[in-house]
Amino acid sequence: MTDTFLDARRLLCPLPVIRTQDAVQKLRHGQTLRVLCSDPGVLHDIPAWCRVHGHEVLDIQEAEDEIAIRILVCNPD
Amino acid sequence: MISGGLDSLLAARVVMEQGVHVEGINFYTGFCVEGHTHAIRKKDRARPKRNNALWSAEQLGIKLHIVDIIDEYKDVVLNPRHGYGSNLNPCLDCKIFMVEKAHAWIEANDFDFIVTGEVIGQRPMSQRRDTMPVIARDSGAADRLVRPLCAKNLPETLPEREGWLDRDRLHAFSGRSRKPQMALAASFGFTDYAQPAGGCCFLTDRQYSVKLADLWQSRGRRDYELDDIMLLKVGRHLRPRPGFKLIVGREEGENKFLEGYRKRFVHMFPVSHTGPLVLLDGELGEGDLELAARLTARFSKGRDAASVTVQAGGPDGKVQTLDVVPLPGEDIPADWYL
Repeated sequence: MTDTFLDARRLLCPLPVIRTQDAVQKLRHGQTLRVLCSDPGVLHDIPAWCRVHGHEVLDIQEAEDEIAIRILVCNPD
Repeated sequence: MISGGLDSLLAARVVMEQGVHVEGINFYTGFCVEGHTHAIRKKDRARPKRNNALWSAEQLGIKLHIVDIIDEYKDVVLNPRHGYGSNLNPCLDCKIFMVEKAHAWIEANDFDFIVTGEVIGQRPMSQRRDTMPVIARDSGAADRLVRPLCAKNLPETLPEREGWLDRDRLHAFSGRSRKPQMALAASFGFTDYAQPAGGCCFLTDRQYSVKLADLWQSRGRRDYELDDIMLLKVGRHLRPRPGFKLIVGREEGENKFLEGYRKRFVHMFPVSHTGPLVLLDGELGEGDLELAARLTARFSKGRDAASVTVQAGGPDGKVQTLDVVPLPGEDIPADWYL
């Protein structure tokens, strides 16, 4: 299945987390979201948000000035 | 309501101790200090970054819903019914607004009441004996608003009357002392928590408020967009003329952040020497471009050079080069600095 993509570059935390939250709310259990960010704060905040909501971080890739985070949406009910 | 500070962490935990299902809600106004300047400034990048509200939620084992209220919050900042604090902080209106939003959220999501970490006498505007009932009343939350840390000092709320909460197991904290909270934190095993009280909003900062007031005055209207209030957090701000202002990056991280605005502002940077990226906000009059170039040179490594070459660009993509003498420090009036 293709990832849903969210461009959160140039947004500073917590906005990338809020945009991720809003995007995940539109997805179903088992779908994936790929978020592209530039604020290094997301390295902590998006995984933390995923943990408290029970979603899974599949992958984090860091390149110069860009961070890509892939999330598996887990909403079993 | 989880702010990320100690009090809201404790308030939630006190209620959870009574078997209540709690979920956190946190509001983002655009003025929240939370990590922004650390994210921008390169020298701060090594500092550990965490969103304290998310961290609190993790400590509590609860979900946290972060709500973007940037646009709606403008009316609170621009037209506070209860006025400002010592700077442009509309603390009482802010609290009323957030509780009102939380009340709407609990109604939409089938929750029964709101918990906050407020303590009577803790803060000069929003946490006073006479203002706390105003928050409950004007927000519409009324007796569905519970302050577990000082509940015994306040009238009974609906959850207490209904037996959802045991009043005897709530607290009677008051005043500015942090000792009761620290003791309660220790009893719950919380040893690491954000330093509380007052430092969470740029509007409580005097220098930030000066820059915001200057922005309104220069535009002739009280309004702002998110980019405006973000830019006020970054760089050195100088206003040589009523109509235009310079935002001067102070280090590499800020320069990089300001680069993102090059398509919206006339901007300049030295090319003969290392130096800042500078944004020019406003209408440039005759001689202003050269003055800005001389200031840019002043804040570059070429400040003592006979001449510095500065490249200026506009949103239209046109580029021009200026060779200028750096403006001597003594020629920069102190009142240009915001």
